[in-house]
Parts: sequence; structure tokens; C-alpha cells
Amino acid sequence: MPPTVPAAFEAVDISYWALSPMIVLLVGAFVGVLVEAFAPRGTRHLTQVVVAVGSIVISLAALVFMTADEVGVTVGGTIAVDGPTRFMQGTLLVFGLLSLLVMADRLGGDTADALTPMGAASPGSELEAQAARKGWSTTEAFPLALFALAGMLLFPASNDLLTMFVALELLSLPLYLMSGLARRRRLLSQEAALKYFLLGAFSSGFFLFGAALLYGYAGSIGLPEIAAAATTSTGEFEGLLLPGVVMVLVGLLFKVGAVPFHSWTPDVYQGAPTPVTGFMAACTKAAAFGALLRLAYVGLETTRWEWHMGVVVIAALTMVIGSVLSVTQTDIKRLLAYSAIAHAGFVLVALISFDRSGVVGVLFYVTAYGISTIAAFAIVNLVRERDAEATHLSQWAGLGRKHPWLAGSFALLMLAFAGIPLTSGFTAKVAAFMPALEHGGRSGVVLVVIAVLMSAITAFVYVRLIVLMFFTEPTGEVTAATPATLSLTVIAVGVLVTIALGVFPGPLLDLAEQSSVFITR
Amino acid sequence: MDNMPWLTLLMVVPLAGSIAVAALPSRSSALARPVALGVALLTLVIGVVAAATSFTRGSDQQFQMVEQHEWIPQLGVSYSLGVDGIALSLILMALVLMPICLLAAWDDVPEGGGREKGYFALLLLLLPFMVGVFAATDVFLFYVFFEAMLIPVYFLIGMYGGERRQAAAVKFLLFSLAGGLIMLVGVIALYLQGPGGSDGFLLERLTGLDIGGSTERWLFVAFFIAFAIKAPMWPVHTWLPDAATAARPAVATLLVGVLDKVGTFGMIRFCLQLFPEASRWATPVVITLAVISVLYGAILAIGQRDMMRLIAFTSISHFGFIVMGIFAFTSVSQAGSNLYMVNHGFATAALFLIAGMLVARRGSKRIDDYGGWQRATPVLAGSFLVAGLATLSLPGLSTFVSEFLVIAGTWSRYPVATAFAVWGVVLAAIYILLMYKRIFTGPPPILETDEGGGPALSSDMESSVMVSSDTDRDYLSADLDEERRPLRLTAPLRDLGLREKLVVAPILAILIGLGFFPQPVLETLNPAVERTLQIVGATDTTPSVPADAGSTSGSDH
Repeated sequence: MPPTVPAAFEAVDISYWALSPMIVLLVGAFVGVLVEAFAPRGTRHLTQVVVAVGSIVISLAALVFMTADEVGVTVGGTIAVDGPTRFMQGTLLVFGLLSLLVMADRLGGDTADALTPMGAASPGSELEAQAARKGWSTTEAFPLALFALAGMLLFPASNDLLTMFVALELLSLPLYLMSGLARRRRLLSQEAALKYFLLGAFSSGFFLFGAALLYGYAGSIGLPEIAAAATTSTGEFEGLLLPGVVMVLVGLLFKVGAVPFHSWTPDVYQGAPTPVTGFMAACTKAAAFGALLRLAYVGLETTRWEWHMGVVVIAALTMVIGSVLSVTQTDIKRLLAYSAIAHAGFVLVALISFDRSGVVGVLFYVTAYGISTIAAFAIVNLVRERDAEATHLSQWAGLGRKHPWLAGSFALLMLAFAGIPLTSGFTAKVAAFMPALEHGGRSGVVLVVIAVLMSAITAFVYVRLIVLMFFTEPTGEVTAATPATLSLTVIAVGVLVTIALGVFPGPLLDLAEQSSVFITR
Repeated sequence: MDNMPWLTLLMVVPLAGSIAVAALPSRSSALARPVALGVALLTLVIGVVAAATSFTRGSDQQFQMVEQHEWIPQLGVSYSLGVDGIALSLILMALVLMPICLLAAWDDVPEGGGREKGYFALLLLLLPFMVGVFAATDVFLFYVFFEAMLIPVYFLIGMYGGERRQAAAVKFLLFSLAGGLIMLVGVIALYLQGPGGSDGFLLERLTGLDIGGSTERWLFVAFFIAFAIKAPMWPVHTWLPDAATAARPAVATLLVGVLDKVGTFGMIRFCLQLFPEASRWATPVVITLAVISVLYGAILAIGQRDMMRLIAFTSISHFGFIVMGIFAFTSVSQAGSNLYMVNHGFATAALFLIAGMLVARRGSKRIDDYGGWQRATPVLAGSFLVAGLATLSLPGLSTFVSEFLVIAGTWSRYPVATAFAVWGVVLAAIYILLMYKRIFTGPPPILETDEGGGPALSSDMESSVMVSSDTDRDYLSADLDEERRPLRLTAPLRDLGLREKLVVAPILAILIGLGFFPQPVLETLNPAVERTLQIVGATDTTPSVPADAGSTSGSDH
């Protein structure tokens, strides 16, 4: 297909209403930057939190009140605001709001508890100590989170590869920074940030190179045009298709943490400030799966026989490696990281069934998993031993005796991850496996069988945690940080949603079902 | 009264009771036990009233007391309940056992307070799941109950059990979960084979699909593995002895007596009804496994030193009989199996609970820590003997009827398998009588305070005929009377108290009552059995009245 070059520059139609959720977030982020520059230090924490929460709420309102007229492709076909986009954006905004509240929790101090007083100071230096004494804080994390969130909203909406790349960078760069801002274990945190940045930059390179190859194949970077090229292609550039697809997929699979592009996950999850880890685990995964859905269902659906088997293998590997390695973990954050990898594999099982119900499965799974994950990391953030985060598993022994409600909530979330009925995790697994069995053919059946076997293995891991919390006598001085009003609110919301989606998943499944049609042009 | 949602009521009442017990303020936590017992009794009354008013034997409907509502229409799931004779008998058995177990568990958490509240709330929480799992007529709903009830059991074992409770709880959960997850694939795949739609998981929509071929066989295997683990059958039984030993006697009773019946119940309700062709295809393997279970369980029971483990192994043996009867596809054997499920629930309950009373007195589960207790605790010994005789199927006790029906019914179709399985009955006599002898006979225990020990009683018991040689094995040689020394105890033994008598009396009454008058239960079971056999399409050349089962002749093999 020859590329259509317009004779003169034509201003494209932009539906600002359709873009309003993202615009609101970006405006909020810029306001946050201004606050950082001009507001006195003492008021910054509160101002930033209010600005960030306010922008998310307004953005959510804009999304909810957006009329059906605004739905469609806009900005010259580069952004598609359709059902999956809006579902993902709503999910992301809710996740973002919850994670920001956890991030903002002061836990009795003057500043956000999880964030370092000064990111630029080298760990253990006099400068850092001074900053801590003066009660400084890296409040810039909040506008950074808003920038990241705006990128995440754009990610599943991007209808061409360049927009997708811009969204990818917009969401990644702030996250690299935020990973390095942990108050405790600074070295580990900085190491995580660097690792994340290097590997992330590497994967971005893959994505960009793949986009270039696909442009060479299709003569366009638009996803619908790439799909159309499969039927109109003369075969001249056929050789560019597979390398292009593979490289683009590598870029996205890196973000969801699929094996073999997962190696950053445990290190970054462990090093990043725990609330930021929750934010990444829930939001990045959701956004990346949104983008992956659009890429697979809009752009590459027509050529899927070329690459389908590769993703099947990746899904299988992701589930197996994620589950098996989670067994050997001794750090709760690393354990949750490997479990996140395994869950990414479960979502991939639904994704490659290529049916509307598969889209429903992905949307529901990502939502259910994300809410539980944010609550789980919020709990991890609260468990302390002598004011340090108690992330080693042995420190969790007997938590249920001392803090039955906290440990009980965590146990429930673990049961949800394990997929026990009457929790959201079970409904999500059913919603994800059903399309794979129905439309996935033989490979779908094999994947589902692997998935349930791996579920049993991960269940062992989660159950062992419950044993540790409830059936073991306490050894150390593990406590829960107080007062933690914000965190506890988020945990309560997470637990209630986890139960609600297990007992009455109908409404959300309905919404996902209505939101499962892609608009391509 | 026909429109009462009886089955929902049977779940809501104990659920509300469980929440109420858990939410009791800490100063009135002493109320936990009476409230829990009251709720359990109330549920039993509701169950009896429901059975008396809304259930007709020999109705032309497969299910009665039907309730049906949409639950997750997007996934094809309905909240759909209903009972046939089999389900109703099992539900009533569970309802009867629950107050008995609560009473038996009265002093299980001596420290009281929050832990006691939690224990009784969890025990009561089992009831809704037990009712739900037997009453669900939607495959997905059944699965939800099937899996979700693992969690309260897991916490009951893991938090309140004895030694090695953590490992036992994890083992129990992982075995069950692994089986359940495999079944989940089957459940979803079955839905996709059916008509689908917003009520596509209903049993009636999935019955008679005629799937055929390897698909049906795979589905059958997926369901059967889950049920075999649950039942439990050899070789996936290994979690049961651990769990039963680590759990409190009341929990072990409910676990083995009621929850494990879900396995055999599931075979009848789901494997046979949904996959008739594959069930016939798998019969030789299943029967073989069942016979192995019968003999393996019995032989291992003989060698156990821990009485809870011994009882657990007897159950494996008995579950083998039940499965054999189910897959023999004769109306006699199936009626026997169903009756066996009910009877075994009570017989095992009696053994577990009375053994629990022994343990409460001696503080040990090892059989060789006992001896001569018959003199000290005659009522306890007598009850134990009746329970034991029920386990070895003595005529006049209820288990005899069911075991006889199973053997007689299976013989007409699988004489070789039956010939092997019958040895299970003989072995049962060995393990029960040996256990009784080791615990209750011999010189009576003497108090440590008695200087010089009590007078040596003349050994008036039967001399051991089991062990004549092999004297190098000290455990067995202890059975030789001359080597038995009287047990030394630091405190005098109490016989059964009022509470314990109240626990034992109803079970023994039922065992004896059903032994002489099994007809009411059989009449409830038979229509359901006939229907199952019709669905499987097994030709039944034997007369369908089980009382004449002895005259079976001919088979299609």
C-alpha cells in the first residue's frame, strides 16, 4: 500500500473531550511542578496530594461523563477512544487514586513515609541526614506519578506505533525516577532504578526498531493500516513483518513482565518504595496489557498465524517460571514480583484467544488483580520491625496473632491470588480461561492446563504465607505502622472489592463485555 | 410451605450464626459455644421440617425443593439448588453430625476467649458449605462450594490442630486444590460442550449431552481426579491420615464423615450423570483402584500405632467399598454405596469422637500408651466397642446392611474384584479388634500413688491368637499377655461424663436403628439411584428391591 502523503498540511480534527482525562492529568502534573517550584516546603506535601488527588478525580469525572459522541478515533487516527480504552482508563484512574493515597500516607511522620528526604543525596551521607533533619521530602513524586498516569492512559488508546512509543516513554521515565526514591534501603532502591532504566531503555529501543520495520512492511505506522497491509501486501516486504512484530512485542512484553523479559521485575519491585511498587504492579501492568490488546487485536490480528505460537510459548514460560521461582523467594516483595509474573502469564492466556470474550477476560483480570495488588503492597508497606520495613518472610511469622485484621486481609488477598472461589481471583481466572478453552484451539487447552497446574504451585506459596502469619508463633518484634488512616482505607477498599468481584462479578463483567469492541478508524 | 427456600435457609442460618459467634464481644465470649450449638440444632430442626414437608419420595422430578436464580449470567452461572434422595440423606447426616461434633468439641480450646470464638465460628461455617455442596444443581456453583469449603477446614486444622498441624493443613489444601483446579478446566470445558447461554452451567442443561469420544473421557478424568482426591482413593489418599491425625477429633469427624463424601457424591452426581459413556469406559480402572483402596487401607490400618491414623486408614478402606459399589452399576450396589455414605459418616464419627475422648484422658494418640481401660472406664469401652463393631460391619449395625448390599450388588457383575474386596471385611475385624484389645483389655491401669502397684489381676481375657511367632517385633509382642504390664497413671480415670454421653448416645442409636430399619433411608435413596442408572444406561438384571439382593444372578459381562 503506497503511503498517502497529504498535499499540504491539514490540521487534524481533535476531540478535546475525548482526550480530556489525559489533559486533566497533564495539567495537574504541571501544576504540581509549579507547586514544587514556588510553594514553601512546609505546605508542599499537602498541596501536592490535593493537586494529585484532585486531578485524578476530575479526570475520572471527565471519563465517566464523556458522552457516546466523543467515542471514536481522533487526532488524525492516532488515538482511539473506544470501549477497551475507556475501560482501561477508568481502571487506571481508580488504581492511580488508590496507589497515590498509599504513597501519600505519612504514618505519623511529617512527610510521605515511603519517600526519601532527598533523592539526590548519596545514601548515608551527611547531606541526606541534614535533609532528613529539616523534614524535607521528595514531594515531586506526586507530579511524576501524574505524568506516568497520563502516559498510562494514553498507552491503551494509542492507535499507531509512534503514539504508543510516546505513551510508553511518558509512563516509563517517571517510574524509573520514582523507583529510586525509597526512604529505606537507599542503595537497593537506586540499584533498582538504574536497572529498570537500563533495561527499559533497551526494550524501548526494541520497540522503536520494530516499529520502523513494520513501517517498512506496511508503509504506515497506523495499526489499522498495518492490519490492512496483510491483505494488500505484494509480498515484497514480507520479510520485515516477523522481525518487526517480534521486536514490537518484546517492547510491550517487557512492560508486562513476561518471561524472558522479566528479569527486572523482582529487583525493581524489591527496591522501589513499596507504595510505588504497588502503583507499578497494578497500573503499568494494566496499561501495558491495554496496549498489547490493541496491538494484537487491531494491528496484528490479520497476521497472527505468523507470531501466535511465539506468544503461546512466552505465556507458558511466563506462568511456569513465575510460579516456580516464587516458591524459592524469601522476601515478600520479590515473592509478589514473581507472582506478578505468573499472573501476567495467566492474562496472556486470555489475550491470545482472539475473541471478544478474550478481551473481556483480560479487562476483568487486570482490574481484579490490580485492586488486590495495590491493597497487598499497602499491607506490606505497613508491616514493620523496629521502624524498618519487615520484608523478609521470617519476620512475618505470627503476624496473625498480633494484628488479626491486617493479617486476615492479607490472607484474603493471597487466597484471591490463588484463585479460591468467592474471591475476585477465581472469577478472573474463569473469565480468562474460558475464552482460551473455547477459541484458543489445542494450544489454548494446553495453556489452560499449564495455567491451572501453575495456579496450584502459586497456591502453595500463598498458603505458606498464611501458615507463617497464622499458624506460627511470633519470633521477632513485628508490628504494624500506625496511624495509617489512608493506607487502611485503601486496604479496606481493596479487600471489599476483592470479595465483591468474587460474589457479584456480574456488573463489572457486563461493563467489560460492553467495552470489548475496538474501534479501528 | 412449598415455596419456602428451604435450602437457602439451611445455609443462611448457620452462616449468620457463624458471623454472630465470630462477632461476639470479647467479654461475652463464653456464649460462643452455646450459641453455636443452638444454631446447629436450629438448622437441624429446619432441615427435618423441610424434609418432612417439602420432599416426596418417588417424585417424578429429579430434584425437589428447587431454587433457581441468575448469579453470573455473563459466565452462564446460576444460583440453583435442589435435592434428590441422595443429597437429602447426606445433608441430613451433616445436620445431625454438626451439633454432635460441636458438643464433642466443647473443651477443645481450653484457653477460651477469641481463639474459642474463632474455633466455633469456623466449625459452624462448615455447615453452609456442606449443605451447598450437596444441594447445588449448577456445576459451577458446586465447584464454588467444593473449593471454598477448603478454606475453613484449612484454618481449623492449621490453627487448632495438634502436632504437625501446619504440614498437614498445607498438604490437605494443596492436594484438594490441585484436584480442584484440574476439575476447573473440566468444568469450563464442559460448559463449552453444552448449549451455553446465561444458564449453561445448570446440571439439567449438561445432562445427556452425548459428547462422546476422547473429549468426554478427558472431561471424565478431570472430574474424577478431583473426586478421587477428595474421597480419598489410593494412590491420592496420602493427605487424609495426616490431616485426620493433626485435626481435632470433631474436625476430623466432619472432614472424613461429611466433606469426603463430596468425592463419592460427586462421582454419582457428576461423573456418572454427565459422562455416562466415559464412566463405563473407565470402570475397570476405577474398580481396580477401589479394590486396592479397600485392601491397602485395611492392611495399613492394622499396622498403625496412632489411633487417629488407624481410623483414617479404615476410612480409606471403606471409601474403596463405596466407590466400588458406585461403579458396579447395579441398583443394589449403588443403593448400598449411598447407604454406606450415610452409615460411614456415623460410624466414623463414633470412632473419631470416642477416640478423641480417650486422647483427652490420656493425652496420647499412641495405642500402646493404653491398656486395660475397660475396667476403669466401662461405658467408654462399651461405646468404643459398638463403634468399632459398626466399622467392621457387624450384622445388626447399620454399616452391615450397606456393606452387604455393595458386595452382593458388585458380585453379580465383577465377581473377581468382589472376591478380593471381601477380604477387606476380614481385615476390618483384625484392625478393630486388635485396637480394642490393646486399649481396653489387659491389666487395668494403676495409680502411681498406689505404693507397690495394684493387685495383679488374673488375666481373664482371651489370649492373643493373632501373634504366635515373630517375637522380635516388640510392638506385636506386647500383645502377648504375659508381657503386658499394668499402665501407670498419675490421676484416676473418669468414665464418660454427661456431655460425652450426649455425644455418643445419638450416634450409637442411629447406628443400631439404621441397622435394623434401613428401609426409610433406602426408600429415599432408591429413586435417585434408579435415575442415575437410567442415565448411565446400565442394564440391571438384578431385582431392584435391595432386600432380595442375595438372589442376584447373571451379568452382562
